[in-house]
Amino acid sequence: MSFNSQLLSKLVEIYGPSSNEGRIRDFIREEIKDYVDEIRVDALGNLIARKKGEGKRVMISAHMDQIGMMVTDIDEKGFLRFTNIGGISPIYSYGQQVIFENGTVGAIFCEPVEDPSKIKLENMYIDIGAFSKEEAEKKVSIGDICVYKGHFSENENVVFTPYLDDRVGCFIAIEAIKEIREPKNDLYFVFSVQEEVGLRGARTAAFAIEPDIGISIDVTSHGDTPKAKRFAVGLNKGAAIKVKDRSIIVHPYIRETLVKLAKEKEIPYQMEILEFGGTDSGAIHLSKEGVPSGVISVPTRYVHSPVEMASKIDINNCTKLLVEFLNTEFDI
Amino acid sequence: MLLKRLTEANGVSGNEKEVRDIIISEIKDYCTSLRVDRLGNIIAYKGGKPNSKKIMVTAHMDEVGLMVRDIDSSGLIKFLPVGGIDKRILVSKTVLIGKDRIPGVIGAKPIHLQKRNEWSNALDIKELYIDIGAKSKEDAEKYVSIGDYIAFDSQYVEFGDRLVKAKALDNRVGCAILIDLIKKVEDVSFYAVFTVMEELGLVGAGPAAYAVDPDISIILEGTLCYDMPKVDSHQIPTYIGKGPAISLVDRTTVYNRKLRERVVAVAEKENIPYQFRKTSMGGNDSGKIHIAREGSLTTTISVPCRNIHSAVSVASLEDYENTYKLVEAVLTDLNEEGYDELQ
Repeated sequence: MSFNSQLLSKLVEIYGPSSNEGRIRDFIREEIKDYVDEIRVDALGNLIARKKGEGKRVMISAHMDQIGMMVTDIDEKGFLRFTNIGGISPIYSYGQQVIFENGTVGAIFCEPVEDPSKIKLENMYIDIGAFSKEEAEKKVSIGDICVYKGHFSENENVVFTPYLDDRVGCFIAIEAIKEIREPKNDLYFVFSVQEEVGLRGARTAAFAIEPDIGISIDVTSHGDTPKAKRFAVGLNKGAAIKVKDRSIIVHPYIRETLVKLAKEKEIPYQMEILEFGGTDSGAIHLSKEGVPSGVISVPTRYVHSPVEMASKIDINNCTKLLVEFLNTEFDI
Repeated sequence: MLLKRLTEANGVSGNEKEVRDIIISEIKDYCTSLRVDRLGNIIAYKGGKPNSKKIMVTAHMDEVGLMVRDIDSSGLIKFLPVGGIDKRILVSKTVLIGKDRIPGVIGAKPIHLQKRNEWSNALDIKELYIDIGAKSKEDAEKYVSIGDYIAFDSQYVEFGDRLVKAKALDNRVGCAILIDLIKKVEDVSFYAVFTVMEELGLVGAGPAAYAVDPDISIILEGTLCYDMPKVDSHQIPTYIGKGPAISLVDRTTVYNRKLRERVVAVAEKENIPYQFRKTSMGGNDSGKIHIAREGSLTTTISVPCRNIHSAVSVASLEDYENTYKLVEAVLTDLNEEGYDELQ
């Protein structure tokens, strides 16, 4: 089995927190522009690429944005205070390195606290090694957003890195764009913005596209680690077909089509019922008069931490399932 | 004075008519067009120099308040909060009920009768009542009905170094600035939208933005201020007297960086003081506006208000004037070329 580690490793390392997705958008645009018929960027920054076909209009959404930390204050000694952009956990962040768009690197640490389990973001700070406010202000401004500075690692089974969420979804969408030569449906691939702060980009993109069918590709959680909360999704058990999460109950036709295709094409799959979280399909399915929508999820451990981990075989199976789905003659 | 009239008018969310009527009477001779939509939003257009992009400036008309829930047998009134009300600020306040502005006081058990554990806990809204001086339920029903809106009874007072105390500075400051813009700005074409029911969850702004379909919006607000000593600087959302507060992020919007930088550049060029709103808590109409239809750019510019959502909110007239100046300068700037650079 071949796995395009090179592309995924680039995707996870490019800067692009919610609302500031310019760099990752430019990279994806370059990567796909020769494989699509139309490409544009909307007001919020969604990258919308079309592969023309005769069948149903399908919106495929993978979000480009990543969670991060926005600077809200710079103190006299040059320490930065911050607020979260998306679901940033104080515990996962404590002791991590971060990087700003201009390459400035910092470390996240915390004021001394009696009980480390009660750390709050407001007690934490970013140290960029500046010795005064003036020095810090040369490198960073209030409102700048930094992201975890990690790097891509892999072995024969898995990849682990910050920001599989949702660059792995972008990866799968890009692979599908390249693989589908003659689209049977009218495909609108959306690399969406601001998913992590509330599915905002997918909503405006869906309004513009008016799809007949929506499908998003995102990571989901896991239930297969020591004493994990009960959840019937695990690594290396196949592509996850979503049944529901907090943002959507997947349309039965979409869910059943995905299951039927997985069986027919012998693609390993598992069903996903997530009790928290949501993804772009949550916004797409409520757009205008409603859009039957579903989700293909990549089973992922340690979501929103700097060491998110997923199985290479699962990722390839998600791509296969997406390609089969997009090549389906829909009866809806 | 306009701000006095606006803050002393009552417009609890869903009942904005009194405020809306004042605004319409103020602006009708200065607008190219004006209409009120089905929810009660005012959508006005002021024609100036042609502009290929649609600019919208908004301010919500409504304020937080209370509503009559029940009248008990002794004629005391039980009530519900409308919008985000801190129950601890309610005891011993005077209020005005319904269209006829029936005066009442919010009462509670006197301290002498309270048990020790009651001293340390705030009284729940269910334990509070409004006394309108009625002798019985039948007597009270002559003046008050279930469902009547209740507003804080609070005069506009200027004090200290150009500070004002009033109720509903959130967001009559925004309304007053927007009225002034309509009257004074000559060269810019823009939509001026006064929204309803922001305090209940940005209710009016979505439909208004859907109708106007703007490219860029400026949301005017009165925002929270807590500039007390001994608080770390990063935990102070805004300061009184340090100028208009420009939003970075809140629960409903991550503000477009390039538009924010453009607002900052205008403030610096025009020598207008400004500050950043340093908290990510709260939200405003921008949340619904920027994701309406195919999406658009927004910026929120606010006048800092101490004791927000209370009968005694406090703002600085200097901040108010600087906010007006900044928004006027930004409007003029946005009417020039350079919109595409904001993408």
